[in-house]
Amino acid sequence: MSALVDRRLVLDATAMRRAIRRLAHEIIEKCEPLDRLALVGVRTRGVPLAHRLQALVHEVEGVRPPVGELDITLYRDDVFEGLDLPVVQPTVLPFEVAGRSIVLVDDVLFTGRTTRAALDAVMDWGRPRAVHLAVLVDRGHRELPLHADFIGARIETQRDESIRVQLCEIDGVDRVDLQGRPERRGEDA
Amino acid sequence: MRGRRHLLELAALSAPEIEHLLDLADSFGGITQRAIKKVPTLRGRTVVNLFLEASTRTRTSFELAAKRLSADTLSISGGSSSVVKGETLLDTARNLAAYQPDIIVLRHRHAGAPHLLAANIDASIVNAGDGAHEHPTQGLLDLLTIRQHKRRIDGLKVAIIGDIAHSRVARSAIVGLSRLGAQVVVCGPPTMLPPGIEALGCTATLCRDEAVADADVVMMLRIQKERLSEELFPSDREYARRYGLDSATLRKAKPDCLVMHPGPINRGVELEPAVADGPQSIILDQVTNGLSVRMAVLYHCAGGGEA
Repeated sequence: MSALVDRRLVLDATAMRRAIRRLAHEIIEKCEPLDRLALVGVRTRGVPLAHRLQALVHEVEGVRPPVGELDITLYRDDVFEGLDLPVVQPTVLPFEVAGRSIVLVDDVLFTGRTTRAALDAVMDWGRPRAVHLAVLVDRGHRELPLHADFIGARIETQRDESIRVQLCEIDGVDRVDLQGRPERRGEDA
Repeated sequence: MRGRRHLLELAALSAPEIEHLLDLADSFGGITQRAIKKVPTLRGRTVVNLFLEASTRTRTSFELAAKRLSADTLSISGGSSSVVKGETLLDTARNLAAYQPDIIVLRHRHAGAPHLLAANIDASIVNAGDGAHEHPTQGLLDLLTIRQHKRRIDGLKVAIIGDIAHSRVARSAIVGLSRLGAQVVVCGPPTMLPPGIEALGCTATLCRDEAVADADVVMMLRIQKERLSEELFPSDREYARRYGLDSATLRKAKPDCLVMHPGPINRGVELEPAVADGPQSIILDQVTNGLSVRMAVLYHCAGGGEA
């Protein structure tokens, strides 16, 4: 590990597994009836998290809520501010949004701007009965009046620090680190 | 001017740049499938459609693409503009530029007109067809449609048949296809086959059957009767017999050969109706993809504005 970057482990694989399991139980409790529930992962790392939550809900309750994948690039308020245009990925919602109870799943809740964009994106697909937000990490510093309904871990951070979430499905390892300076713009937004 | 992104011609794009635009267009295709077919991405931006030559489908396609991205649009067509009062293209464009549009989409009967605007006007310029030069968004939608059906462009044999000399559609297709690795053969009557066309990266033949043999894709061009000042072939019937595509000729191509046409079709001249409406025809997919491609191009051009 580089000595130049101050990096601290805040969740290891075991802690992450427990946090996600707790999220699943809270979702089950609050989102009755489960046959109207749908999990929507915000790209990129919200998607594998949504699939893990789906497996856990199935393990506990025997129902398998559908999982959608949301790309919010076209809804961002900073889409033209970076030097490179972000690549637009498809949004896949393989169920009727109208009347559903939707849980948006993201890895980190920071300024709230991603969540604002995700809400707009979901609404363009139909009128859900309710939308909840589940995040693995809430790191504070909101810039919009939004909150998460289900939180895996609350982590105290400085504004200019960054949270790095790694997931087995994408990064080959499960861990969350707090880094001393922002690594890449938009990564934890 | 500086920092602006334009789309003037496919000839100026590298293979990765073309692929990037096709990937973008694929993603935009999904928006058309949803309940609310609109995203807020270009909210507050202005797109001017300046169509100084007759066009219905390209103009409506650009207009709808801009609206689906939430841009404000202003459409000006030849008959209703001050051009009929004698104003020059540059003066018209400068007046429009005074409203600070972000993108000007230009269709013009002279090759190079979009380049003139790009050099003199502070807006992103998108070429929607300039004379017999290029029609880059048509080229992109052709590439996208082929890629969606064949999963690749590289290594395909593509025959382009018709009035190659007067066709900007052909020029953009030849450039784009050859850049992505397709083997392109163009074919038409000698009066419509310009010498030196091979310089764009294709081979040329006067024999239709030779062009169609073993082709993966046959792209038929429209005989542009309104644009031709002299007779370049004796009769519609003779053209259909020697250069049109009918079922018997299509059987000489690969069994899964795709049939394309930029529209509007002269039925019974360049395309037999049974082929135009047959299972191998992907003509309507081209129209659908035109919308996705134009959304991708507007998005791409808007992004470079302040960078």
